[in-house]
Amino acid sequence: MKVSTIVTLKKDVLDPQGKVVHQALNGMGFNNIKEVRQGKYFEIEIDEKDKKKAEEKAEEMCKKLLANLVIEDYKIIGSQ
Amino acid sequence: MNSSVIIFPGSNCDRDMDVALKKFGFKNKMIWHNDSELPKNDLVVLPGGFSYGDYLRCGSMASKSKIINSVIKFAKSGGLLLGICNGFQILTETELLPGALLRNKYSQFICRNVFIKINESENNYFKNINKNILELHIAHNEGNFFCSTDQMKRINDNNQIAALYCNKDGEVNEKSNPNGAMNNIAGIFNKEKNILGMMPHPERMIDKYLSGDDGSIFFQNLLSNLK
Amino acid sequence: MKVNESVALEHGLSKSEYKKICELLNKTPNITELGIFSAMWNEHCSYKSSRLHLKNLPTEGKKVIQGPGENAGVIDIGDDDAIVFKIESHNHPSFIEPYQGAATGVGGIMRDVFTMGARPIANLNSIHFGSPRNKKTKNLLRGVVRGIGGYGNCIGVPTIGGQTCFDESYNGNILVNAMTLGLVKKNKIFYSKAAGIGKPVIYVGSKTGRDGIHGASMASAIFDEKIEEKKPTVQVGDPFTEKLLLEACLELMAGESIIAIQDMGAAGLTSSSIEMASKGKLGIELNLNKVPCRELNMTPYEIMLSESQERMLIVLENGKEKEAKKIFDKWNLDFSVIGKTTNSKKIELFYDEKKVADIPVDTLVENSPMYDRKWKKSKLPKKNKLNKDNFKSLKILNVLNKLLSNPNICSKEWIWEQYDHTVMGDTIQKPGSDAGIVRVHGTNKAVAASVDSSASYCYAHPLTGGKQVVCESWRNLISVGAEPIAITNCLNFGNPEKEENMGEFVECVQGIGEASKYLNFPVVSGNVSFYNQTKEEGIKPTPSIGGVGLIKNYTDMVTMDFKKVDNIVLVIGKTEGYLDQSIFSRDILRVKTGPPPEINLFNEKNNGQTVLNLIKKKLVRSAHDVSLGGILVAVSKMCIKGKKGLEIKKPKKLINQFEYMFSEDQGRFIVEIEKENYKQVREILEKNSVHYDELGIVLDKDIVIDEKTKVSIDDLIQSNNNWLNKFMEA
Repeated sequence: MKVSTIVTLKKDVLDPQGKVVHQALNGMGFNNIKEVRQGKYFEIEIDEKDKKKAEEKAEEMCKKLLANLVIEDYKIIGSQ
Repeated sequence: MNSSVIIFPGSNCDRDMDVALKKFGFKNKMIWHNDSELPKNDLVVLPGGFSYGDYLRCGSMASKSKIINSVIKFAKSGGLLLGICNGFQILTETELLPGALLRNKYSQFICRNVFIKINESENNYFKNINKNILELHIAHNEGNFFCSTDQMKRINDNNQIAALYCNKDGEVNEKSNPNGAMNNIAGIFNKEKNILGMMPHPERMIDKYLSGDDGSIFFQNLLSNLK
Repeated sequence: MKVNESVALEHGLSKSEYKKICELLNKTPNITELGIFSAMWNEHCSYKSSRLHLKNLPTEGKKVIQGPGENAGVIDIGDDDAIVFKIESHNHPSFIEPYQGAATGVGGIMRDVFTMGARPIANLNSIHFGSPRNKKTKNLLRGVVRGIGGYGNCIGVPTIGGQTCFDESYNGNILVNAMTLGLVKKNKIFYSKAAGIGKPVIYVGSKTGRDGIHGASMASAIFDEKIEEKKPTVQVGDPFTEKLLLEACLELMAGESIIAIQDMGAAGLTSSSIEMASKGKLGIELNLNKVPCRELNMTPYEIMLSESQERMLIVLENGKEKEAKKIFDKWNLDFSVIGKTTNSKKIELFYDEKKVADIPVDTLVENSPMYDRKWKKSKLPKKNKLNKDNFKSLKILNVLNKLLSNPNICSKEWIWEQYDHTVMGDTIQKPGSDAGIVRVHGTNKAVAASVDSSASYCYAHPLTGGKQVVCESWRNLISVGAEPIAITNCLNFGNPEKEENMGEFVECVQGIGEASKYLNFPVVSGNVSFYNQTKEEGIKPTPSIGGVGLIKNYTDMVTMDFKKVDNIVLVIGKTEGYLDQSIFSRDILRVKTGPPPEINLFNEKNNGQTVLNLIKKKLVRSAHDVSLGGILVAVSKMCIKGKKGLEIKKPKKLINQFEYMFSEDQGRFIVEIEKENYKQVREILEKNSVHYDELGIVLDKDIVIDEKTKVSIDDLIQSNNNWLNKFMEA
């Protein structure tokens, strides 16, 4: 199974990168942008046929390594 | 000789470059990224630092700033354009130079002296240089040069490799590669060799009390080639 | 939310403090007011346990322009130039989130310095971790180093020195102390004292979010199992914004429009506005709707207590708002007029046109609690009677290799290679030296700085330990040829409510005071970090001393690498063979008791001044102070740096070889001199009654102790370099 996960900064945590990307996009003429927040995307191929088990494993990886739960949230967005 | 150093928000080697250029006889001007016109120049420098905080990708947002169009025009008309460290990253993001600078192989910022071997001296930067192996300083997190096989072929076919990381005896090997750069590449030219991007900082090595003095050789030689 | 005693207790206030607040206000405070009191009255902002003792430190001197009490201390280095410097702790946040904690620590101290108008020119740090065997240590070390580098490198200020220690007493409380030096013209120093009525109060920098609410209270709390729950209060640093803020502030400061300026550090808008009002004996009125916020629906309480980074508060001259705004617009930073100075001597806050807080400034500052905490005097431990027969089973070279690879002595290159130490193009002595040195740009002057701590000595006997750290700082500066000028201290201790811990604090401060007074090496700035405690376990008392000195002509600087074969090497100062508390005793003999080496301030001063005199006369080719590990470790480092060897003579005095080589008697230096200058050097030493021993002659590549005992420099390099690299790789 290939599990896709996204790690983003928590809503209340300052995202310096998103802020600067926002400003740069504005500068390039992209108006009407309300907010930009940057995250990380992971595709993890797990040797596991059961979808639920694979996602559980991916979740564990997020908790233990991929996301820093002090400042970040993670989301499993799909598996195939 | 007239030169310009472009200041982006987050540039931090702009002053060092200004000091070095003036020390060796350039009349240097500092140009703000939001300006649209460059003064008349013999040399334009994109300095090191963390333009836009290195956010998104190093150099990515600086490559979209207002002044860049003039810089590209200047370079396309044959003007000398030098990018050091973050300036090199900006040059690859503007696609004036091929390839990209990835995170260092050991995923750490590296600040230390390295040796580089000049690989191609038929150009205004290294012509007549009296020392083939220079000891310079690097300070970067993303200096690991990468490009596609096709790009590498063209780089080689056109003699675009400017300098290679080596040891003090000039041997180019894995041990002398500080950041994992492909083929030990420390700097490259465009095909016409008027644009040079390199990771090492010659401006930090301009007198013997600093980490070394080989940067002086680079600047003196550049100036005498331009005269 | 209704305020009562239990809400006050949750805010870290004591029952009696809450009672005092109600009395001072003559009413029950609302939640915003209570929040403001809790922030201003906690240990971090009020120094309530330490103020009484800090008063005794010497803080004045001919070269002191500004002592403690401002954002940072300021010293005169001649020609209208001044150096602004301070050290500050960011211990608790770094334990919780090492990268962000350390990064924001560096950001905070740099803001303290450029708030005063100075461009930062050098950073240093002192970091302490738990035992290498503790499973958290490696990740904490990696995170802290990345955080320090991530922030300082991005801003473009070189990190020129530091210190890293490991000791199991930091297993649950690491220490991250960051120091910054800035350069300013004497007539362009900015202070935080507001003046004038009806002057606009300006907010600049980043927007305010919910970051770090109650960070200052956290910094004054003991860690317990609930530590995880405290995590959301960690702030995220944005060095890019700080770089813009630095440039924008310096640009504004070049004009004449600023009356007062203060960075928003611990307790954010609360402490910055109150400090400005209090120093100016004024009131301040703020409209919190004008504060640029990052998040929706932030309450007055949250706005006042947020510790979002990269923000400043400025009192401007009337009519200068437009000019100032233009600068901050250019740098893409928020700029907002949020209030004005008043003559009410109160802090008055408005939100949605309602008054949400009304507090007399003096109740928050002058009337803040000050405690004379109970403290216990520590006894001088009994000296150990070491059985020298036990030394016979030891081989001197094995001991040397072990000590060189000891975590507290080994090369820290793995760490400082991750810090940009050469940006700004004026670093003439890098990390790994006795002191880091940067030139004063465009002049012949250079500034040397070092940071030191000796927790084992302080733990064994706080008074002696306190003196020792100051002396070590003084020696480090002298070893590079700098005239020591002043110090900044970061006082890291356990729980002040415990008599033992409070005693350690009181006596360390006393020791620091005695030594700095004697050496004319005043304390100009500093910070206190208490409650470095997990459950019952406190850290060893750890004052970190940051010393700053001046070299009038940087070409006179001395480095520690041996320069030339056949040169003579001397030990300046007397070697008595004192082993208690030495690293040899603690780590080789496993004897951890006994008093630390005695400090003789007369000898310290006399030896130091004489060495400096020799350096000024250009008679010294290399120099290094003798500290942890004694003579043999000191000369090994000089050999390693210079890729040279040394033939060591037998000492004239009958003293055991191990005592001679590894004792940590104080007040000593190693110096290398040319043969033809030996006579002149001897005369100067003898004229000043300075004790010296001939230690040996510089060789090509080996350290030779006797025919059977020699070791190559390459082997020593291996021992010295390998430990940390291997530890971090594993």
